[in-house]
Amino acid sequence: MQRIQHDGTDHPHELDESSPFAPQTPQEVDAMLSAISADSVEELFDVPEAVAFHGDFDIEAKSEYEVVTEIEELLGQNADRTEFLGRGHYDHYVPSVVDYLSLRSEFLTSYTQYQPETSQGFLQALFEFQSMIVELTGLDVANCSMYDAATALGEAALLAARVRETSGSRVLVPETIRSERHSVLENYADGAELTVETYPLAEGNTDVGALSELIDEDVVMVYAESPTARGAIEERLSAVATLADDHEAAFCLGSDPVALALLKEPAAVGADIVIGDASVLGLSASHGMGLGLFAVKDGYLRQVPGRLVGTSETAEGRRAYTLTLQTREQHIRKERATSNICTNQAWVALRTAIHIATLGASGLAALAEDCVATASEAAARLDAVEGVTAPVDDRHHFREFVARTERPASEVASELADRGFLVHEVGEFEVQICVTETNSDDVDGLVAAVQEVLE
Amino acid sequence: MNYQQATWTRETDTGEPVNEPLLSEKRTQTVTYDDVDLPDELVRDELTLPEPAEPEVARHYTRLSQMNYSVEHGPYPLGSCTMKYNPKFIEDVAALEDGAIHPDRPDEYAQGTLGILHGLQEYLAEIGGMETATLQPPAGAAGEFTGLLVARAYHQSNDEDDQRREVIVPASAHGTNFASAAMAGYDVVELPSDEDGRVPVDALEEAVGDSTAALMLTNPNTLGLFERDIADIADIVHDAGGLLYYDGANLNALLGRARPGDMGFDIMHYNVHKTFASPHGGGGPGAGPIGVVDELTEFLPDPHVRETEDGSFELYEPAESIGKVHGFYGNWLVLLKTYAYISRLGDGGLKDTSAMAVLNANYLASQIDLDITYGPFHHEFVASAGDVDAAEFAKGMLDEGVHPPTTKWPEIVDEALMTEPTEALSKEQLDVLAAAFTATNRKTSDELADAPTTTAAARIDQTSAARNPRLSWQDVGENDE
Repeated sequence: MQRIQHDGTDHPHELDESSPFAPQTPQEVDAMLSAISADSVEELFDVPEAVAFHGDFDIEAKSEYEVVTEIEELLGQNADRTEFLGRGHYDHYVPSVVDYLSLRSEFLTSYTQYQPETSQGFLQALFEFQSMIVELTGLDVANCSMYDAATALGEAALLAARVRETSGSRVLVPETIRSERHSVLENYADGAELTVETYPLAEGNTDVGALSELIDEDVVMVYAESPTARGAIEERLSAVATLADDHEAAFCLGSDPVALALLKEPAAVGADIVIGDASVLGLSASHGMGLGLFAVKDGYLRQVPGRLVGTSETAEGRRAYTLTLQTREQHIRKERATSNICTNQAWVALRTAIHIATLGASGLAALAEDCVATASEAAARLDAVEGVTAPVDDRHHFREFVARTERPASEVASELADRGFLVHEVGEFEVQICVTETNSDDVDGLVAAVQEVLE
Repeated sequence: MNYQQATWTRETDTGEPVNEPLLSEKRTQTVTYDDVDLPDELVRDELTLPEPAEPEVARHYTRLSQMNYSVEHGPYPLGSCTMKYNPKFIEDVAALEDGAIHPDRPDEYAQGTLGILHGLQEYLAEIGGMETATLQPPAGAAGEFTGLLVARAYHQSNDEDDQRREVIVPASAHGTNFASAAMAGYDVVELPSDEDGRVPVDALEEAVGDSTAALMLTNPNTLGLFERDIADIADIVHDAGGLLYYDGANLNALLGRARPGDMGFDIMHYNVHKTFASPHGGGGPGAGPIGVVDELTEFLPDPHVRETEDGSFELYEPAESIGKVHGFYGNWLVLLKTYAYISRLGDGGLKDTSAMAVLNANYLASQIDLDITYGPFHHEFVASAGDVDAAEFAKGMLDEGVHPPTTKWPEIVDEALMTEPTEALSKEQLDVLAAAFTATNRKTSDELADAPTTTAAARIDQTSAARNPRLSWQDVGENDE
């Protein structure tokens, strides 16, 4: 798909020097140059010689076949292992219908819906996504996406600081939070002069007594997770909410749409904000790419970061969808915007919505129930292995749990990897194991391998 | 052009016409949890969600897709957005099973993924004239934020963070620049444009000083103009002890013609969904890698990828790392598509991309009968709708079967129509687009006020949407006035 050689010797548009995705023929180039009275394309560049670049990038052009083959080969170097990995990134099966519909070019190759009249389809899909999150959280408002759970948490802290009538400077998070999420939160918090501190857990759930010692009027937000990064369902959320409320701090809960389908609605336990990774539905394992879920109670509406889709009416009085409350956003409010976010994860939100629609309430509920049952069964089977205690915390678990091993966890993880299974090493004698429908058939193999390793 | 967007309309029970109903207006299901092995107080009472059968899911979303304009329908010349064609093969590459791995795999089991990330770091560094690039920021604005955190860490390392509290941003810059600076804790100093639409060097000299942390600049700027004084601008900022940040939104204009690193920039972000063809997906995901010069590499986000002596790849934490800006490694699927696109084009294709993008913009401008005050422009130009409200002009263009340009911005041009055709339109399509401008320009104010008439929705009342927010189907009906 290369252009025919042009006669001009210094013409930029020569064989093997053209983009296959720039459709101009040499004749068109000549006609266009002639229309603008230019002799060459190069003279259109108003670049002073002192900063001009005349070199090469040394990137060799390849055919489509060559590129696909090269990348297949490269990715083939990812070792073939069965992953029992979770801790914030989960591999649920994504039905084919999600791919086929979301990859329709009308969705995939459109931009942000700045012209709503010609973008009704995507707007409605995002509106439906927001509605699904509202149902799952029980909160009043959900935006149409943040980047991921970690950045959504950062934005939550900034929102919590803005909505407070009195200033405050502390954010409290559980000690079990992933260090990566903690680090992102710190980076967001720093610019607003907030500091992030951790509070302890006891037997896998919030140590409410310790939290009550730590909290004071300077705290703008308390964050809790359910399930926690170690897979435990948090049983003390109402107590945490009350503590936060007593100190005029916002209570932010981290979760995900599968867990939310089963667990008590965040609104019912007193959450003011819910964040999380919604791409647990919609994306399979994708090296950590996510979809930031962000929902709040009604009172925070004007301080929400990111885009919101609402309904309105057309000139004919018909229901229609549009981006709304845009005066919160950076393109209008500049440095006083609620966030700098512009490009978000809209297409992932579309995928998540299609996935949820495909499952329906029944399918989603069944998936969530399985996450409780499979974790519990896998833990029981590992607990039966000599040298293993599982789960470490005597709690209810969702998808994953921590197991204590008599041998050092680094050795256990490494020897399991040699046998084809990847698990998290989360403590000196602790490994973490995550089970979903995509690896539950391999639990037998994992248990056998653990037996071998601990013999 | 004769154009009519598909519209799926039916009457509701009350006889009102409605486009494709909401999923919640179709089959829904309420489930309760009786058998789950958890204490009652941990479990929700019930869950109500739509429950369409798969054929209905397919029909619903297919209909929605048909009520959505896209790059593959026709021209989509949103200025500063670079809505170019997204090659199909990059989607197949992103779907490869071997790439679907968990981010917590130890390095030795993720060599393929790390190799591609490392390769992309090198591609981007070369293209930008930078030492290396981090791939972690998940969007352009996140890249700006990351870049400013790097700048801040640099000033901290020189014990100057307390004094360097200002980021200078030209008035014509993207709104994200201002917002990112504020999020990084900086005060924003706005620099007005000079008469010819560029950064006024005199005013910049006045503005910089001991309090300057960085200057953020887009080049070519949002008028499509190259900042000719960039070498002087870089000297002024550097002499004052500040850093120079390059907003990569307009990099599609300069591939292989000028590199931010050679211009004196210290930090830059790349908008891969603009320059490198990863699809914009109706708002995202993008990716906003940032490149930095050698002396800033130690501040990059944790982790970075490097090649070891034996040719394998490993993650490491840069010595003075700012920490993390994404929970894992950024938008992997987008980065993979970017790697595939750059590999496909190579040097020649990349250079041709900018050549054709700049030629297209110049040719299109020559075919439009509207004032274009500022030039010489590159990949985009800003026309004025004159006496007509640019937003109204845009609604009129919708009826010509094209997507309108970005409107009313930058503010330096009255009733701005910021137009970027990209390299991906043939002359024939540019002529279609020019004809759409011409046809719209001939419309009366009444005709514009009635526009659009060919889209799935007629003109939408923005005031009502904001005054009476209905943001979920739970609000529909309930809050209707």
